[in-house]
Amino acid sequence: MTSTPPDSGTDEDLLVAGRALVRSYGHSPALRGISVGTRRGEVLAITGPSGSGKSTLLLCLAGILRPDAGEVWYAGRRIDTESEAERSRLRRTRFGVLFQFGQLVPELTAAENVAMPLLLAGVKRRPALTAAGTWLDRFGVADLAGQRPTEMSGGQAQRVAMARALVTEPEVLFADEPTGALDTLAGEQVLTQLVRVTRQAGTTVLMVTHDAKVAAYADREIVIRDGMADDGAPTSALRGALGRTGAR
Amino acid sequence: MALGHVLLGLLAQGERHGYDLKRQYDARFPMAKPIAAAQVYATLERLLRDGLVAPGGTERAGGPDRTAYGMTAAGRQELDEWLAQVEPPSPFVSNPLAVKVTLALLVAGDERAAGYLQRQRAAHLARMREYTRITTHPDTSLAGVLAADYALNHLDADLRWIDTALARVATLAEELQP
Repeated sequence: MTSTPPDSGTDEDLLVAGRALVRSYGHSPALRGISVGTRRGEVLAITGPSGSGKSTLLLCLAGILRPDAGEVWYAGRRIDTESEAERSRLRRTRFGVLFQFGQLVPELTAAENVAMPLLLAGVKRRPALTAAGTWLDRFGVADLAGQRPTEMSGGQAQRVAMARALVTEPEVLFADEPTGALDTLAGEQVLTQLVRVTRQAGTTVLMVTHDAKVAAYADREIVIRDGMADDGAPTSALRGALGRTGAR
Repeated sequence: MALGHVLLGLLAQGERHGYDLKRQYDARFPMAKPIAAAQVYATLERLLRDGLVAPGGTERAGGPDRTAYGMTAAGRQELDEWLAQVEPPSPFVSNPLAVKVTLALLVAGDERAAGYLQRQRAAHLARMREYTRITTHPDTSLAGVLAADYALNHLDADLRWIDTALARVATLAEELQP
């Protein structure tokens, strides 16, 4: 039973799913058997107070952290049992990741930063930089192509980081507090663009935030408290598909 | 805030007749409580009596004559004074959410209270999504964005209170356990 994809039979649109996830740091449990799933093309907000386990959940679903127990599925494929090399390849080709601080490479220009994932995937420099230019344009920062991160505002840097996260045209974007370091209006502009561009591209977005105003940009919300889903409503629809191992 | 001051504000840019004022009000404050044309005319009468507006030209557009009103110097002074006044912060202590949670705790226990809070949270977030769609829609006017921002921030404050209340209910339940 544990090798059955969580989307079989009940919800064929589930793209990323975690089932009964458990993960501890030393003796501190961060996830205590949570089950979540996201449908293809949706923007899902994962919210909860500090220390609730939401970032840990995101890292597990993105294949960056391995859960201590439970299963992680992507497109009908169980990924938590795959080798690091296989998961790394998945992250490079199918997933995009965006953090609170864009984590751009300070020595590189915006265009070089955005081209980086393509260069790492073996794309030649010229087409990689051309694609980078296209993505910078989509986020309204084409004029920053030759500038380095230290010459940009926080909002500009985060737009460049969004372009970098999406340049490989991933199926899923994992974002952890994507506007956490920005003021209200800059954050609003970044989120508006993020949602518009990912909807146009059909990208599924999983976004961790502690801010309800950010969560309001999403189609749906999952609330985590103490490593468990706190809000019965959002996950109950998925419980039939995911919860056969008794998540709560 | 009285409607009189709002109408004075709308007259600051020039003369308008009563029906035009109502249309301006609807356009500028799309999410405010709607006003009836009769309220506008009654308020204009009062402003006229107090010398804050004065009749201007008349216009006829296929119907009866319409009198336009303009702001007087006294009206301008009244408007300026009103704009400079600080509004007293609203006393939110009688919020029905807080009353309901307290009663739910008293009569139904912490689980029911928490369940109610979770459903209320979902309802608040659903409404916040609606306002977010308004603020991010390219066709929304500045007035519409400002009104939606105001609603969003108040809903957000409620929601943060709900989160705090949920945490407190959980703590309280732990303390009550033998």
